[in-house]
Amino acid sequence: MEMLISLIIGLLTAVGVFLVLRGRTFPVVLGLTVLSYAVNLFIFSAGRLVIDGAAVLNSGLNTPDPIPQALVLTAIVIGFAMTAFAIILAIRARADLGNDHVDGRLQTDGEKSK
Amino acid sequence: MALTITGMGGLALFAGILLIGQVVGSYNLTDVLAQGDLIRSSEAYPFILILVLLGAFTKSAQFPFHFWLPHAMAAPTPVSAYLHSATMVKAGIFLMGRLYPALAGTDMWFVIVTLTGLATLLVGAYMALFKHDLKGLLAYSTISHLGLITLLLGLNSKLAAVAATFHIINHATFKASLFMAAGIIDHETGSRDMRKLNGLWRFMPHTATLAMVAALAMAGVPLLNGFLSKEMFFAETLHQGSLGALSWILPVLATVAGVFSVAYSLRFIHDVFFNGELVDLPKTPHEPPRYMKIPVEILVGVCFIVGIAPGIVIAGLLHSSSTSLLQSATPEYSLAIWHGLNFPLLMSFIALIGGIAVYSSRKQLFAFQAQFPEKDVKIIFDQWMKRIVDASTVVYGKLENGSLQRYTLLFLLSVAVFTTVPMSNLINLEGVRATLPADGVSIVATVILAIAAIVTLIWHRKRMIALVSVSVIGLVVSLIFARFSAPDLALTQLSVEVVTVILLMLALFFLPQITPKAASPSSVVRDLGLATLIGGVMASISYAMMTHDPVTIADFFLANAKTGGGGTNVVNVILVDFRGFDTFGEITVLGIAGLGIYKLIARMKLFMPSTDFRGIPWAEDRHPMMLATVSRALLPLALLVSAYIFLRGHNLPGGGFIAGLITAVALILQYIANGVDFMKARSKLDYQWLIASGLLIAGGTGMASWLFGYPFLTSWFDYFTLPWIGKFELASALIFDLGVYLTVIGATLLILANLGKLTTDDRPEDVV
Repeated sequence: MEMLISLIIGLLTAVGVFLVLRGRTFPVVLGLTVLSYAVNLFIFSAGRLVIDGAAVLNSGLNTPDPIPQALVLTAIVIGFAMTAFAIILAIRARADLGNDHVDGRLQTDGEKSK
Repeated sequence: MALTITGMGGLALFAGILLIGQVVGSYNLTDVLAQGDLIRSSEAYPFILILVLLGAFTKSAQFPFHFWLPHAMAAPTPVSAYLHSATMVKAGIFLMGRLYPALAGTDMWFVIVTLTGLATLLVGAYMALFKHDLKGLLAYSTISHLGLITLLLGLNSKLAAVAATFHIINHATFKASLFMAAGIIDHETGSRDMRKLNGLWRFMPHTATLAMVAALAMAGVPLLNGFLSKEMFFAETLHQGSLGALSWILPVLATVAGVFSVAYSLRFIHDVFFNGELVDLPKTPHEPPRYMKIPVEILVGVCFIVGIAPGIVIAGLLHSSSTSLLQSATPEYSLAIWHGLNFPLLMSFIALIGGIAVYSSRKQLFAFQAQFPEKDVKIIFDQWMKRIVDASTVVYGKLENGSLQRYTLLFLLSVAVFTTVPMSNLINLEGVRATLPADGVSIVATVILAIAAIVTLIWHRKRMIALVSVSVIGLVVSLIFARFSAPDLALTQLSVEVVTVILLMLALFFLPQITPKAASPSSVVRDLGLATLIGGVMASISYAMMTHDPVTIADFFLANAKTGGGGTNVVNVILVDFRGFDTFGEITVLGIAGLGIYKLIARMKLFMPSTDFRGIPWAEDRHPMMLATVSRALLPLALLVSAYIFLRGHNLPGGGFIAGLITAVALILQYIANGVDFMKARSKLDYQWLIASGLLIAGGTGMASWLFGYPFLTSWFDYFTLPWIGKFELASALIFDLGVYLTVIGATLLILANLGKLTTDDRPEDVV
């Protein structure tokens, strides 16, 4: 199981890195989202994997480490705020510059927006 | 120039001092001086020594950093007298003297300090002779004397250190008086050029006498203070033997320097006050007013008294300063004028005769020196500066070319380097921790996730497909959270996933639907390689981490959640209680992001397609009847669920974050199903106000604990019993969670509703 999760983290990281390196805003935002999945899973797995653990105290079961969970919970919400901010910035850049390249160049010939 | 050189030296010194502090464990000078042996035996000693000496040498204008000093003398006389003879350049010497007990005593110290001092002594003395500017001569002679003091400090003998201290005092007195005399001459004649200044004796005999006495002290003529310390210096160069068979070099070169110093002192006296007539001066010189001479008189008086009766005047001062320099008992030394016929006296004598000989043959020497083209160090310095600035501009231009894509690549490359290198030290990837067996469902879920990830990778240019497959990844991730005993995370991930996908879909309306093919195959291969590398490293780190046993601080939280925080859902208790301040910061960030987006959307020139990318017009049926009806029926149910999740959050999975997201999703569904106009007519919610009140409630809860005399965000809880309902718990953390709840709703809806509003006729007027 640990192997599966490691593979998932590695795969998501690779996809995220590749997308972040693209030249257009939308794939980059998608890449950030995928990267944050990978990072969240990584932090979460720092608490080690526990199946059928107790969600709350006093239920007589093996309790998982709550700290990574608390960290990841806020990370998910902040990650959403970051994604939202990035995508709105992309829309704004497109509106102001006429293209959606991440370098923020003004529109060049042969790159007319549809 | 002075600032650049001494500033660079200062930085080196700072680094050296930090290293000393590291070695000794204290920055207290008393401790540092007491720990000399520790510093000298430490591995960092060579670095400390070189860095500290760089600071000292640049400050005290030692060779090869001597060139800034003559250029800094353009300052008015009082400033340069102060600068050159007393304070500033002596600061470097003082530094060496102060750290002498901590750093000196090694061969390395001897070699570096002595040789630098010797080079400075010779270069300064030689250059001083050929300067035509009065102050130029004095400046180079200062350099030479600083070299002398440095040389003495480098000799690693206690007597030499005493001699150095003595010479510091003597140099300060005669050099300050000479600078002031030069200032008087400059003031009264309007020139400092020794080719023009001649025969001033007739015009200002008083000043001339003073200057001559000081200059003779500088030359080391008996009965003046300079003679005493120079004598000690000669004696010390004779006594040391660290250079082995070549030890004779030191006294010989010291005598050569003495010859030159006598020669330039003579030049100062003879060229200025005698030697023929004045050459077209702007003013007719005369004696300066009384008060300009008093300071010179005092200093020259000191030169005399110390020179004649050293034992009475200076012994006490010298003894106390030498003791503090050495941090131990001062060795025996005698301050008499007459030590009998010995080698140092002979050397002084040779220097005097040689100096007179050199000066009288100055015409030939000047002609010889004139063969070398005089380079202005300032120009060379400026050229070097320009080269450095140009080089850094080129590097800077390559790194910072304004391309975000380039920055991202550089950043990720360094991530790869900094993670791969330490990873190669990890020999055993797999730890001893027992692993969980993989079951069928997990394998299937992993395969689905992998397919979705690869689809995203391959079809990332078809944005809709990529978005849908990313949402599949998000769903599987929330399933993973659920599987591994994290229901709070699963709920949060699920609701955030919904909101994110809706947001990105909405955004896609304003962005191109397909990415044009722009990347070259080679850059795709490069990026794929980098991505594989980083992904592989991440997978290895994760695997290594998960198969090793954790060191965790969780036990504290698990033990105190119920007793201290009053809740059994430890994750929620951490969020609203233990780490409440963090959470407060995070909802603030959320609110700021919402407001930032609000500002970005305002006054945006919008690109509004009327058809999709294939040219097919959007569907006329904007709000399907089925969806509208169902969603309206769902709203109260969804709100009820979110209230339930919110209330139980402290003890069961749930809480403010999740409840807020569920409420937000329910409201967004109304927007989608019924349209912005429908919602506008019915909902009077102001989302900015919602964020503000959420933050106020959370902050207020924290501050309320001040009223009871507790620190910020201390929580309180108790149990109550009501008829029909039974026993229940009230906690101040619940109110804090209410603030979280409101902020999450406000921020989420502020972002989505405002973006959605742009698609309707209701958008701001100035939108094009």
